[in-house]
Amino acid sequence: MKSLLLGNEALAQGSIDAGLSGVYAYPGTPSTEITEYIQKSKLAKELKIHTTWSVNEKTAMEAALGMSYVGKRSMVVMKHVGLNVASDVFMNMAVSGINGGLVVVVADDPSMHSSQNEQDSRFYGKFAMIPTLEPSNQQEAYDLMLYAFDLSEELKLPVLLRMVTRLSHSRAGINVKERHHQNEINLPLDTSRFALLPMNARRQFDLLVNKQGTLIELSEKSEFNKLKLGDQNGIGIIACGIAYNYVMENIGEDESSYSILKVSQYPLPREKVMALYQHCDKILVIEEGYPVVEELLHNYFDENDKIKGKLSGDLPRTGELNPTIVGKILGLKEESVKPIPSVVTPRPPQLCEGCGHTDLFNTINEVVADLENKSVFGDIGCYALGALPPLNTINALIDMGASITMAKGAADAGLENAIAVIGDSTFTHSGMTGLLDAVYENSPITVIISDNSAIAMTGAQESTAVGRLHKICLGIGVQPEHLKTMVPLKKNHGQNVEVLQNELKYKGVSVIISERPCVRLSREQKKEIKAKIESLN
Amino acid sequence: MKTNIILSGVGGQGILTIAAVLDTAALSENLFIKQSEVHGMSQRGGAVQSHVRISDKEIFSDLIPEGKADLILSVEPMELLRYLPFLKEDGWLVTDSEPFVNTNNYPDKNDLFDQIKKHPNNIIINATEIAKSIGNSKAANMVLLGAASATLPLSEESLLAAITELFQHKSERITNLNREAFFEGKKVAEDFTNLATKK
Ligand SMILES: Cc1ncc(C[n+]2csc(CCOP(=O)(O)OP(=O)(O)O)c2C)c(N)n1
Ligand code: SF4
Repeated sequence: MKSLLLGNEALAQGSIDAGLSGVYAYPGTPSTEITEYIQKSKLAKELKIHTTWSVNEKTAMEAALGMSYVGKRSMVVMKHVGLNVASDVFMNMAVSGINGGLVVVVADDPSMHSSQNEQDSRFYGKFAMIPTLEPSNQQEAYDLMLYAFDLSEELKLPVLLRMVTRLSHSRAGINVKERHHQNEINLPLDTSRFALLPMNARRQFDLLVNKQGTLIELSEKSEFNKLKLGDQNGIGIIACGIAYNYVMENIGEDESSYSILKVSQYPLPREKVMALYQHCDKILVIEEGYPVVEELLHNYFDENDKIKGKLSGDLPRTGELNPTIVGKILGLKEESVKPIPSVVTPRPPQLCEGCGHTDLFNTINEVVADLENKSVFGDIGCYALGALPPLNTINALIDMGASITMAKGAADAGLENAIAVIGDSTFTHSGMTGLLDAVYENSPITVIISDNSAIAMTGAQESTAVGRLHKICLGIGVQPEHLKTMVPLKKNHGQNVEVLQNELKYKGVSVIISERPCVRLSREQKKEIKAKIESLN
Repeated sequence: MKTNIILSGVGGQGILTIAAVLDTAALSENLFIKQSEVHGMSQRGGAVQSHVRISDKEIFSDLIPEGKADLILSVEPMELLRYLPFLKEDGWLVTDSEPFVNTNNYPDKNDLFDQIKKHPNNIIINATEIAKSIGNSKAANMVLLGAASATLPLSEESLLAAITELFQHKSERITNLNREAFFEGKKVAEDFTNLATKK
């Protein structure tokens, strides 16, 4: 029988079967289940595949590169915005190249179901000039993993594999193949390519540029890019990744009247695109995310009226695609659709009952109510919901770690009451360095670390901050008399208000650690956390 | 044969257990299946849905097109109506009558029922109450599955086998409670639809 797997799980199984030796990742929706699947896999345990979470996406990618450097196959996994954090090593390892196969898996979130933006990772693939793969369904997510590792080793380049939310979080039956053995340690013969001093980097960059022809040839003959020509002078469709499914859903039996180029490997197979263009009167570009392919087509051809997609206004420029939207651009008959009755009201997400973040926000709200010249800079995590009614505590949240550094900038500019609220995991991900900036200048900011002993937003994974926050803050140079602890419970409200008021009066860096475990932690997790804290202190 | 089902509810209410039963039963009947689900932010008490598609041929889209759902099965009445644009002309609406109120502008439940009853094929049952009466309030989702079972392309045997497969690691008692919940739901739905057609 087939195994019923999420797109993310199919991909993860594919990586194990490709001979993976280590996955490095920081959680982030919609990518999290990839690493979790390998963490739970008995086979992965037997094979001693590395699966522990990293502190952030940059450390994860560098570790994956280290594993590749010694010759083993490694994978690094993140959500789209994680690639911004890891972009330094990402761009540079395209220049150095890799040794053991290295696949960078990035899950984009069009429609921003759980994200701050809907950036399209295919841009990064093009920017770094490396092959980019985009599965159209779960089986292909599995198959492409096996292909990606081979391709990476053949080209000696990292390969980017782009997922999107709907594929990551949808199940289908999967057929698995035979498993490859893991690579043995095999150090690179020439290590100079990994030493990116200008003289080496220039040579490597030339090599990368010269490989681009090969990359296009490989796309041209890739079994994952398929051109099927239908009626002459009809409609031509370029369907990228998951968009291919929405196209096929709509045209069904009517296939022969359309010409379709399915794209799952970039750079674009140029000759196939040309053949389609010449065969058809009109070209529809259907892609999830930014109009990456559509823009390229405008560069290839002068006759721009012939090309329809997001830029031409025929498809929505924002949000994810679905079969209904794609049916419309194909000009197919629309179903009569009942509207949502007006009695239905929105149901936005909210903090769980019994969540410590809520009590913390109640404390902050009481304190700031009496202050002028104030702002609360928030960060990314469950506590971001404190920006919504009924709490309305948080004024800004941009990217992981920005609470502390934005508060610092605001304080530098003269804001009297600059408060940063940051989660324990976000603090170790990207808050520590900003705190050192603030300590270095003794900037007048009050940082509250809302420590729930978990990476809660993404499903209560283990946080690297557990048991370490006090020592980290002291080590960075926070004054012991301005490093405070509170327990955000109703009964402590009065005394917590006082602690915050006092620290706001101090015109230097204060850190308040607000400690209360997430209610979603299981009993076993709580036990493990307790043991960890005891062993560390 | 292709059947499109939307499962809806509030994050944390357990619609994915219903999805898992459908998936397991469909696989055991050698059918194709695609089932999309919601992970992430909305799972914190927000609106969540799952699209389940079952067919004897390859299925392309993970998402159901608007106007093509044969059944919307909801564990909460307002969440049922949120997905009405997906319903087929002659599709079925099956829901628990028990509202999950976690917002301050939740509508009057009778207004919700009026909207649901505008549609001929509806089954509104108090699955939560039924589940409680058999001694497991968590089994409301299996009551609803039972209630909707007549509209599904899957045999009762394979649905029950799937329930057993999914719950047996917990205990025999829980497995039996869930099977019982399924039968209760089925019975109540039969009474409900008989009544509706007699009227
Ligand atoms: C660069 C980046 N990586 C990952 C994420 C996904 N993400 C959002 S919140 C979060 C967890 C934050 O954990 P913590 O700060 O401890 O807050 P909690 O959710 O536990 O309240 C993660 C991993 C992101 N938004 N951006
Ligand atoms: S998951 Fe944990 S941190 Fe997130 S809202 Fe619920 S209790 Fe709070």
